[in-house]
Amino acid sequence: MGGSASLIPRDLLGEYQELTFLSKQEILLAYKRFSELLPKDERENGWSARVPKSQILTLPELRANPFQHRICRVFSTSDTRDDSMSFEDFLDMLSVFSDSATSDIKSHYAFRIFDFDEDGTLDRKDLEQLVNCLTGQGEESRLSSEEMEQLIQNILEESDIDKDGTINLSEFQHVVSRSPDFASSFKIVL
Amino acid sequence: MSGPGAAAGPGWQRDSSGLSVLAEEPHGAAPVDFLQELPSCQSARRRRGGTQERRPALLGTAGSRGNAARALQQEKGERRDPSAREYTGCMAEKRIIRDSQQADTEHSSEWEKWRRTSCKSLKKALSEVKGLSSYLVLWRHDIHNIEGKYGTGIQSYFSFLRFMVLLNFINFILVFSFVTLPTIISKYGVFNSTIAYTSPKNIDNICTIYEPNDNKGVVYFYTYLKDLLSGTGFLEVTSLFYGYYLIDAVLISITKYNLPLAYLLATFAYLALSFLWLLKRSVEGFKQNLVHDADPFQSYCNKVFAGWDFCITDPNAARLKHRSLQYELQTDLQEERLKQKIAERTMEEKLRIYSLRVFINIIVIAILSGCFYSIYRVTVFSQEDSSDSDNANSLVNLLVQYLPSIVITLANFIAPLIFSILIRFEDYMPAFEIRMTLLRCVFLRLASIGVLLFSLWSQISDCRNDKCEPCGYNYKLYPCWESDVGQEMYKLMIFDFIVILAVALFVDFPRKLLVTHCSWKLVQWFGHQEFEISNNVLEIIYGQTICWIGTFFSPLLPAIATIKYFIVFYVKKIVLIHTCKPAARPVRASGSNFFFLVVLLIGLLLAFVPLGVSIAHIPSSKACGPFRSFNTSWEVIPDTVLLFPKALQDIIFGVTSEAFAVPLFVILCIIMFYVIALDRAHKRMVEQLREQLVLESRDKMFLIRKITEAQKNP
Repeated sequence: MGGSASLIPRDLLGEYQELTFLSKQEILLAYKRFSELLPKDERENGWSARVPKSQILTLPELRANPFQHRICRVFSTSDTRDDSMSFEDFLDMLSVFSDSATSDIKSHYAFRIFDFDEDGTLDRKDLEQLVNCLTGQGEESRLSSEEMEQLIQNILEESDIDKDGTINLSEFQHVVSRSPDFASSFKIVL
Repeated sequence: MSGPGAAAGPGWQRDSSGLSVLAEEPHGAAPVDFLQELPSCQSARRRRGGTQERRPALLGTAGSRGNAARALQQEKGERRDPSAREYTGCMAEKRIIRDSQQADTEHSSEWEKWRRTSCKSLKKALSEVKGLSSYLVLWRHDIHNIEGKYGTGIQSYFSFLRFMVLLNFINFILVFSFVTLPTIISKYGVFNSTIAYTSPKNIDNICTIYEPNDNKGVVYFYTYLKDLLSGTGFLEVTSLFYGYYLIDAVLISITKYNLPLAYLLATFAYLALSFLWLLKRSVEGFKQNLVHDADPFQSYCNKVFAGWDFCITDPNAARLKHRSLQYELQTDLQEERLKQKIAERTMEEKLRIYSLRVFINIIVIAILSGCFYSIYRVTVFSQEDSSDSDNANSLVNLLVQYLPSIVITLANFIAPLIFSILIRFEDYMPAFEIRMTLLRCVFLRLASIGVLLFSLWSQISDCRNDKCEPCGYNYKLYPCWESDVGQEMYKLMIFDFIVILAVALFVDFPRKLLVTHCSWKLVQWFGHQEFEISNNVLEIIYGQTICWIGTFFSPLLPAIATIKYFIVFYVKKIVLIHTCKPAARPVRASGSNFFFLVVLLIGLLLAFVPLGVSIAHIPSSKACGPFRSFNTSWEVIPDTVLLFPKALQDIIFGVTSEAFAVPLFVILCIIMFYVIALDRAHKRMVEQLREQLVLESRDKMFLIRKITEAQKNP
């Protein structure tokens, strides 16, 4: 614990505390886990290195998650779009998923994660992919097409306020704010 | 112009209400560009500070960083300045926003700057304290592991257990420091304290005879064990029970500490504290305003958007979660189709089903009355047997003393099985079936405590044949009836604890061994045990209701409850990890939390009734306890009020008189009707606004289509 504290300069630590919802201990723990993903020779400059996506997905918090690829895509700031994450991206991710993040931020990022085709709205294809992620990847674990149709119809009925067949960000945030499970399920704590 | 029957043009159809509606169109075509340039989209984007750099750049407008920061400065006047971390962007963008915020503040006044810096340092200090105090949270690591492996439903049970430990500990501290500690201090003369006894006036001496069997002299060893298990003998004269608190006031140097008043007020205090804490916790998890009548826990959006527990770390648990989500969604869709079928039932089918339901409810009521009657008879028998006992030291006598607890536990074990079989004939929807069975089990558990207490009182106030002539209660059998009630509550609690341990040891583990090693069909059909959250929670609620009722008669009971729940946590954790298979039907955390707290609140409110009757109605025993010199325990309060200055007395009597209560009630009714009317008006307004939004959206799409067409054909 003391070792990793000395690897992050104090002012940087203070800045991270100011710009994220994480506490000091959480940031240090995040640094420790992040540097374990780096090869040994790069661990000195942990906060400027980028970890490839395959390494990030070995984290226990992400490896069992059906949205792992979307999470890496949404939070990665890599210019080459290879979904690699720097330490700051990692902190951003943990900040959004932390306990103290506001529900506004969580719902905004949840929208982005669920928007598989990245067109700014959740349409039927996005919802279908979402439900398939939830029920599992095998052939026998998918819902039948009538069930999927019925389910998507119900979801749109509940959340599509302007009845345009898609869910935009405001509608999503509105429906999620009334969902009692969202805050407790949209949470990753190291 | 086409007539009203035709739609407005190519690609348009009529929907069910007769309005023209756009046919479904795949996105990615021209309309999307326009949508992103709409003013509403742009302001929403700017307000949230999100950037579009990472999106495919169809959208050239508000994409650059500088634009975002500048636009923010324009918007700043409109809303309260949020901190940089609430912006939805990557770390680099948050830095820019924070720098621009700081650049702005350089122009503001000294006071503004000071206010900002002090706010910041306060937030920092608070977060440090929060970080440190998170280490103090009990079992943080254990519960985190359970959450990762079993999901939030089961984790909510263990958080609930932790909450019980805390609640009982605080209750214990409260009662101990205000009641037990002064008594012990004065009895041992610490701090030069002395005791003031006031001899009760106008009381027949016969009522004050109380000789607890203190086991002086040579006794067998198992007498101690028996006393430990049933609260008699050497335990009866300790501070565990009401009878110990014999003193009227403690005098420490010059201050006089009125113990009877403190006893009563401590009782009210721990009840009020529990009530407020429970209310706060149940409101926390349920901060939704129910503008719509739909059940928020059962909505499809809740199950899909908040369906996945992001905290699951174990691939096995993830696989099970996938399966249970699939099962849950399929079941809900099936239920919906069933609802449609039910709506199409014929009249004679409905008649048949309703009469069947009435019949089964009669059976259920009969079963419940049977249980209650047996509890009543057994309690009466056990009380009569223990009072005229010749062989006070035998095992049989111990068994007879525990008979009420045994009967209650048996009833609570068998009746739910019968209920779950019966409810299948009633042909309800699956979700409603579960709730109905749960409701019946809850009612059985809480009412059996009530029946036990009622039978105790019928014994205590048994005034036939002038048994209670001088004292108001049956003084021969119960010279100190509060200690007796306390002993019954103590026995219930100990037996509950023993049952939890015994079930874990003698049922759960052997079942696991049997199913793992024995391949008989019957055994395999029995299968592994699932961790039944609702049954376990009902157990806790039962124990806690006993504790709440019993603390008045036995002030150290919360300490026993704390230790009991502490041990139960580890026992349940071991049972979960080693013997249970995950449940096929998932339990949602928020729904469960709310359910636990509501039932616990019901238990607490139910606990008020017996306490109210004991304090205000039944005369307090004249042979023991702090209320010897009063008619009932409640009388301490009016007596103390009479010692206040005249003006204060008048105010208090005024507030508690009918002349004040009736107008207050009328005013509260008026306020309630006003709020209901307001709520209805709001609901109507929300519906109208929703309809308006739909119309606006249709107008927008129509216009966009027209523009696109016009662009294509100039």
